[in-house]
Amino acid sequence: MPVTRGFVRRRRSGHESRLPPGQYDTGSGWPVLTAEATPQIRPEDWSITVDGLVERTTTWTWDEIHQLPLTAYNGDIHCVTTWSKFDVTFRGVSVDDLLDAAGPLPEARFVMAHSSTGYTTNLPLSDVLHGKAWVVWEYGGKPLPREHGGPVRLLVPHLYFWKSAKWVSRLELMAEDRPGFWEQNGYHDRGDPWLEQRYQGDP
Amino acid sequence: MSAIDDVTPVVTAWSEGRIIEKARPTPHTTMLRMHVEDRVRHRPGQHYLIRLRAPDDYTAQRSYSVASDDDDPLVEFLVETLPDGEVSEFLADVAEVGDVLEMRGPIGRWFTWNTTTPALCLVGGTGVVPAVSMVRTARRLGRGDLLRVVAVGRDPESLPYAEELARAGALMAYTRHDDGSRPAGAPTVDELVPLLEGVDLAYVCGSARFAAYAETALIDSGLSPQSIRVERFGPTG
Repeated sequence: MPVTRGFVRRRRSGHESRLPPGQYDTGSGWPVLTAEATPQIRPEDWSITVDGLVERTTTWTWDEIHQLPLTAYNGDIHCVTTWSKFDVTFRGVSVDDLLDAAGPLPEARFVMAHSSTGYTTNLPLSDVLHGKAWVVWEYGGKPLPREHGGPVRLLVPHLYFWKSAKWVSRLELMAEDRPGFWEQNGYHDRGDPWLEQRYQGDP
Repeated sequence: MSAIDDVTPVVTAWSEGRIIEKARPTPHTTMLRMHVEDRVRHRPGQHYLIRLRAPDDYTAQRSYSVASDDDDPLVEFLVETLPDGEVSEFLADVAEVGDVLEMRGPIGRWFTWNTTTPALCLVGGTGVVPAVSMVRTARRLGRGDLLRVVAVGRDPESLPYAEELARAGALMAYTRHDDGSRPAGAPTVDELVPLLEGVDLAYVCGSARFAAYAETALIDSGLSPQSIRVERFGPTG
């Protein structure tokens, strides 16, 4: 495509090598993007279930999930609306620990993350295995704010952030892929920011 | 959150658009009317991506809601100039009539009006833009009765499309301006309840702060959270 007349790069964030194509550094901001009314969920009312193609459907309450090993993610996050945020810290548990307890069946190849609001997002199972995904309730050492998915959200930081379902309540393992909420609305099934997989039809 | 009407994924490709008209309707907004190559029909509420490309191939892109009706030969956008806004400041200060920009759209099927559902738009600031598209479409179809609009702004001078929305029968709520018909302030539950009668869906569009107010106000007015669709505008683009 031709150059836009009069447009030059003016931002130099110092993080260029960590900035995927088409993204900009939002700095200290953390924009909120949600398609629905923000729910009020008390931690004591929250739970998460791993079901679908598993050996044992398993549910954790707020207290029960806190018995699992606490792990942290330090790194970057990328939103499809083109902001990236560097050096964030989330704490919670690894999705590996939840899946190990439930025992995925061999035919499970995809996962649908469900929120208590009805929001859904689909991911290849391989994208939430081996230390690549978390279920988190702490951001920057504080409880995860409600508007950012608190009390508990999914975190899959190597994919665009709509895959990190806010207010996560269920991980459903599936044999076949099926589009979630934004994916039905034209967004990409995988969403790798480094490949710029923003919308259906992207590579 | 309710289901989407049909689930066929929509594929959009990058195209080009030429600026045919440019205006500055309020001090902090730029209106662009563009001719889009290979244009695909849009539904009111959808948005386009506009992408700028530097000589070193660096790109910056943001999404902008469409203000126009699908019947309009041009696609109209209203861009708020954000402080240090890489794309919005370029569109305000550098872009000229005749310039060609990379465009992709229309995108989005959640925050769209299907032209048959009775709906309320509670929109603030530049968040009025998708409501303008809905109002223009309803007017063309002769179905203005299906759509109620509550537009919130500081004062008439800074609220885009204020005259057009007022002419269409919108409740104009100014937070810093007393126009004689209502005292300055955000819409109250007493104002919203009658407007929600017979309404199946509410569209909320504005800043994150506005959306938080609007969601609460609608729920306090008796609307189910499942009937609220939200689009937040702001520095995310």
